[in-house]
Amino acid sequence: MSMISGLLEYLRGNEKKTASIAKERLQIILAHERAGRGAATPDYMPALREELLAVIAKYIHVDRDLIKVQLEKHGEYDVLEVNITLPESIRN
Amino acid sequence: MPKVIVVTSGKGGVGKTTTSASFSSGLALRGNKTVVIDFDVGLRNLDLIMGCERRVVYDIINVINGEVSLKQALIKDKNCDNLYILPASQTRDKDALNLEGVEKILNELKESFDCIVCDSPAGIESGAFMAMYFADEALVVTNPEVSSVRDSDRILGILAAKSKRAVEGLEPVKEHLLVTRYDPNRVEAGEMLSVTDIQEILRIPLLGVIPESESILQASNSGTPAIHLEKSDVAEAYRDVVARFMGEEVAMRFVTPEKKGFFKRLLGGL
Repeated sequence: MSMISGLLEYLRGNEKKTASIAKERLQIILAHERAGRGAATPDYMPALREELLAVIAKYIHVDRDLIKVQLEKHGEYDVLEVNITLPESIRN
Repeated sequence: MPKVIVVTSGKGGVGKTTTSASFSSGLALRGNKTVVIDFDVGLRNLDLIMGCERRVVYDIINVINGEVSLKQALIKDKNCDNLYILPASQTRDKDALNLEGVEKILNELKESFDCIVCDSPAGIESGAFMAMYFADEALVVTNPEVSSVRDSDRILGILAAKSKRAVEGLEPVKEHLLVTRYDPNRVEAGEMLSVTDIQEILRIPLLGVIPESESILQASNSGTPAIHLEKSDVAEAYRDVVARFMGEEVAMRFVTPEKKGFFKRLLGGL
């Protein structure tokens, strides 16, 4: 975040309140836990996750914690979501 | 039809026993023949909160083991005519409870009581399981705080999958959300999850909101369920909860900050 946009954010009082952080965190973790509770996650998931991580790591140096692999149920469909947050240096 | 109601939460210290004491008292005050059972074997505390700790002679384990009759173990509440307490054992190991024994006790209680309130221990181990297994309805006590909400969600999952009603494919356990230790001022400041947030996350109907209050400690100090306190927000909030549970329409209170009058603002700062 640049200094100007940081200053603007400060002046606008846009700093995120902890209650909304709490809500967001809960929504994410509970979606995950509920998915695991319903139908059991397929047993290839851990292996798939590991292999994906290995491939990504070959090309980009990213923190393992910033790679999220999860299977979600959206009504009729199962969605395999792979979410990679690229480090600052690559994005710019 | 007599109802079995479990007061549960997963997390400890959120107000299960406080709620069990006040809720069962409230049901009794409205004419329901009510019994409240402590399922926290080894860590019993309902007797202290109800102020009957010195009158405990026998407990639920004595009854399950056939050492005494149910009638011998039940303690009559000092404040309400229609209310009885079945204490947990303080000395036995929690594995002394078993489903057959609990079912037998509940069936016998159903012959003479309208409402059977089961005060669940914290956690998801056997004691909590025994308390919820036979439930028709559940009060899920939740604090506006991340770990409590997460644990409540876990408990809801267990109710939906492992309770007797779930296992036997009957109509599901009727779930009610009870938010306790709520501070509308902190919610307004964005420092605390709001009732709406919690409801949106847990997706069960809201039965009531109990405000954070100093009087809870005073009630437990003196062994009087909070619902009996005079001029107390908590007592009124619990009476509202009981009224709603019995089907009355009562508007939610204690969810918005109290408007400060001119003098209060002058005296109490901003």
